[in-house]
Amino acid sequence: MPETPAFETQGLRKVFGDNAAVKGLTLQVLQGEVFGFLGPNGAGKTTSIKMLLSLIQPTAGSATLLGAPLGDRQRVQTIRARIGFLPEHFHFHDWLTAREFLTLHGELYGMQAAALRQRIAELLEQVGLAPFSAKQLRTFSKGMLQRIGLAQALLNHPDLVFLDEPTSGLDPVGRRLVRDIIHDLRRQGTSVFLNSHLLSEIEVTCDRVAFIKHGEVIRVSELKTLNETQTSVTIRAAGLTSEALAGLSQWGRDLRADGDTITLAVANEALMPEIVRYLVAQGAEVFAVTPQRLSLEDLFIQTVGTEGVL
Amino acid sequence: MNPVFIITRLTLREALRRKIVLAALLVGAGFLLVYTIGFHIILSQAFSIGPAALDTASRKIATTEGINFLTLAGLYTVTFLSIAMAALLSADALAGEISSGTIQSLVTKPVRRSDIVLGKWLGFAVLLGLYLLLMGGGIVASVWLQSGYPIPNLPIGIGLIYMEALLVMTVALLCSSRFSALATGAVVFGLYGLAFIGGWVEQFGSLVQNQAAVYVGIVSSLILPSEALWRRASFEMESALSGMMGMSPFGTISVPSIPMIIYAAVYIVIALLLALSAFSRRDL
Repeated sequence: MPETPAFETQGLRKVFGDNAAVKGLTLQVLQGEVFGFLGPNGAGKTTSIKMLLSLIQPTAGSATLLGAPLGDRQRVQTIRARIGFLPEHFHFHDWLTAREFLTLHGELYGMQAAALRQRIAELLEQVGLAPFSAKQLRTFSKGMLQRIGLAQALLNHPDLVFLDEPTSGLDPVGRRLVRDIIHDLRRQGTSVFLNSHLLSEIEVTCDRVAFIKHGEVIRVSELKTLNETQTSVTIRAAGLTSEALAGLSQWGRDLRADGDTITLAVANEALMPEIVRYLVAQGAEVFAVTPQRLSLEDLFIQTVGTEGVL
Repeated sequence: MNPVFIITRLTLREALRRKIVLAALLVGAGFLLVYTIGFHIILSQAFSIGPAALDTASRKIATTEGINFLTLAGLYTVTFLSIAMAALLSADALAGEISSGTIQSLVTKPVRRSDIVLGKWLGFAVLLGLYLLLMGGGIVASVWLQSGYPIPNLPIGIGLIYMEALLVMTVALLCSSRFSALATGAVVFGLYGLAFIGGWVEQFGSLVQNQAAVYVGIVSSLILPSEALWRRASFEMESALSGMMGMSPFGTISVPSIPMIIYAAVYIVIALLLALSAFSRRDL
């Protein structure tokens, strides 16, 4: 993975009236990575994306996008030609047919007619809307609108894609489709910035996540290492002495016992057999040892907390 | 294709798809039909039973004056309809796209925001031009076919009416880049009303030779030169006699000067530039 950032922000800030929607966003997203942006409602996720796309003017701070500083009037058009964007509520001109809609946006990207026609056919197929290409968007369901919106964001083979809640209107099949598309993009080396509150989506698609709250990044985690390192184990065992129980803490922390059920946060799953051997040696009767990965949801609650969430 | 023209085409397509054109054509046809029937009745009866004392020449003059009056009345109505069309089309143009969010996927493309405003302006200009040609042309054709009367200075007159429609449309577009569609409508029609009543004060002031009243009219024309454009248009198109006779609802006593027309042209350009700049700087 090349170490040039797809974009980088430094203290990006947006104040509406006397309310700071984004307090100061400092973040780096690398080229070719799929980056998840997590936070409670009202944390400033959409506002942050809008600043990066120049939909709104930052009050303070700076950013570079694909190597060009934000607000660089000379280069903004060439940078935009390399960006794809699926807006949050995917409201489009619904009196256009699917094909007209994609043609319009392809033309705005400056694509040539022949190449555009081919790309549209390809994308309609990919998002499963080929049979509906001549239907007006106003006849589309929410999920279909989201799909056509996604196709619109990929028309130009972008280097960087912003997806603002790309799966919020989709059924499980649609969510799977988005996931596959994101995997494809990753394979092609496209950077994807995914703004979502569907943690399970982020969990299966992203390389890294940033947690934001009140418009500030409070933690950036790599999901792979998160899964490996953050595991907890639930043990059901009888006949343990209190010393033997206390001895379990050598393998982890947050030891808790409730009758026969013991939970322990351990550093990694490889320690399981060792723990079982120890329990048996201590004369315990072991009924079950169940490793449990710390879910992103646990981490989310742990990091962001439940206070002050709207 | 230039992004401006892509947006222009989109604007025209929207007008067609959302049945704006169809509605305008159907209602417009109804309007022309009513006008034609009315004109026919008046022409065949009213002018033929004039005072017996009138000799043929006097009767001819009276008839011509009557036809001129009726043509101007028709064109006056068309002007008002064009203005309403201009305001309604463009009040929602930017405000509507901003509030619905459709603007977001447009402005994040490699186009300038000003391209989007210009494209829409051009689209509306085309629509208004066609509308005015059909409606104004319909009135003039109806009159000409029935009476053989050619209204004087027709191209100049229609051109000035078109300019008035463009003026109102541009001002609405400017407001629409900042305010909601409803607020835009309120501002534009409010200003139009102000200019309208100012124009009447000026007419009346001119009749009774009250300079203060004339100034009120001029100032209101400076605020929005819409009524001034109509009065110049009607001055160009009215018959020589009714111009001398004085006040009629559609005629003109105090004629807006050429500098006022130039002022209106400059006004349109500045309003458009302000719209471009306001829309380029606002948060979406």
